[in-house]
Amino acid sequence: MAAAHAHVEHGFDPTHDFHAHVVPIPVLLAVFAVLIVLTALTYAATFVDLGAFNIWIALLIAVVKGSAVALWFMHLRYDKPFYGVVLATSLLFVALFIGISLMDTLEYRVEYKPGATTVATDA
Amino acid sequence: MSDAQTVSPSSHADGGHAHPAHLAHHFETTGQQFDTGKLGMWAFLATEILMFGGLFCAYGVYRGNHPEVFIYAHHYLDKTLGGINTVVLIASSLTMAWGVRCAQLGQQRGLRVCLILTLLGGFGFMGIKTIEYSKKWNTHKWVGVGNLYHPGFSGGADGATAHSQDATPGGESEQSGGATPGSEAEQSGGAAPDAHTSDKTADGVEPHTPAPGTTMAADIDAPAAAGSRDAPAGIEKSLIAAPAQGPAGVAPPWRGNPDADAHVVHYESGHGAMEFSDLPPAEQQRVHIFFQIYFLMTGLHGIHVLVGMGLISFLVFKAFAGAFGPGYFTPVDIIGLYWHLVDLIWIFLFPLLYLIH
Repeated sequence: MAAAHAHVEHGFDPTHDFHAHVVPIPVLLAVFAVLIVLTALTYAATFVDLGAFNIWIALLIAVVKGSAVALWFMHLRYDKPFYGVVLATSLLFVALFIGISLMDTLEYRVEYKPGATTVATDA
Repeated sequence: MSDAQTVSPSSHADGGHAHPAHLAHHFETTGQQFDTGKLGMWAFLATEILMFGGLFCAYGVYRGNHPEVFIYAHHYLDKTLGGINTVVLIASSLTMAWGVRCAQLGQQRGLRVCLILTLLGGFGFMGIKTIEYSKKWNTHKWVGVGNLYHPGFSGGADGATAHSQDATPGGESEQSGGATPGSEAEQSGGAAPDAHTSDKTADGVEPHTPAPGTTMAADIDAPAAAGSRDAPAGIEKSLIAAPAQGPAGVAPPWRGNPDADAHVVHYESGHGAMEFSDLPPAEQQRVHIFFQIYFLMTGLHGIHVLVGMGLISFLVFKAFAGAFGPGYFTPVDIIGLYWHLVDLIWIFLFPLLYLIH
């Protein structure tokens, strides 16, 4: 308001505080290239047997790709941090939701193992 | 401030209250209006993430419980088409971000080109999705009893039919009302032909009485069996009885691998193509749930793509009217945010559904 009153004296311009960041084209193209490369990488990684690590590698690549989209395509890198706080809050609650659910699921998973010889006595 | 003269070129007289055409009366400045719209969009996107989070949770719980079902069933998804769709969506995200840039700089022609390219990306994605869905429909990999792995599928629920890609067409539409329980019970006997050949008679005699010492197994399997609501009693019985064979509660080996312990290793490392007969009988009954999860997650995502295409069409119309420029590009920006989120969700859906190892 103080800034606005200062403007009143010589004509108030309601667009004066509007300075959105413009993402340079090379940055857009670089993010696009990274996303394509990572897509090819996650595709190729499925043909390499890394056991239980395959799912974590796939998720790691997805998180990197998602971060690139959020930071540059969605302007979080340049915007007010509060938008990022909103996003991080939702992701935090999703992580809590899935994490606690999976803790419970994996706790019982031993009962489901195919070929377990003593299903009845495991618990 | 309202009676001060504005310096904005697009102002109009409004009861002495002068302001740019795009600036609503209850906002003081363009920046305040822009921030408000953007915060609202981010709050909406947060709820979208929470909604999809519920589906990802369902996916995680089911995959955690039945990893072999996912390893087997994901082979029916086309990795190449899924990969192409990923590239299409990423490319349309690029053109969308570029379109926001054009709007910010007042490049009207560039904005129109970028928005139309983004819209075409949406058409491309949904077109490829249509090809994928059509293939699932034609090979009876649909939802509910339209899935040939569903115990209620009347087009043939035995192991041989479930294993073949080209089940007889035509049964799809007829069996939507549900098949008769009697035929299902007969089919359930053939669902796992070699799984419990030794004591098929015992199964038939005591359908609901587990062997002594197997109550825990029965309790564990009951919720999963209840997942297929219209599964007849015969199928529930087979789920319970399978691990209860043998005098010492030793589960019988299933066809394809007599060494049960080796099977555990096989599923967890996941190498090699899995055959339907490699699945334990209880898991064979659950294969259809992979397709329910697949269609629910990609279907909801597809609906979001369709909504995004509608919003971008609106932007194209407005852009041709010259509505956007350096002073006002909020709709382009926040619809762009929505489009990027749809892309972001697909970035997680693609490896989790198509690229299971």
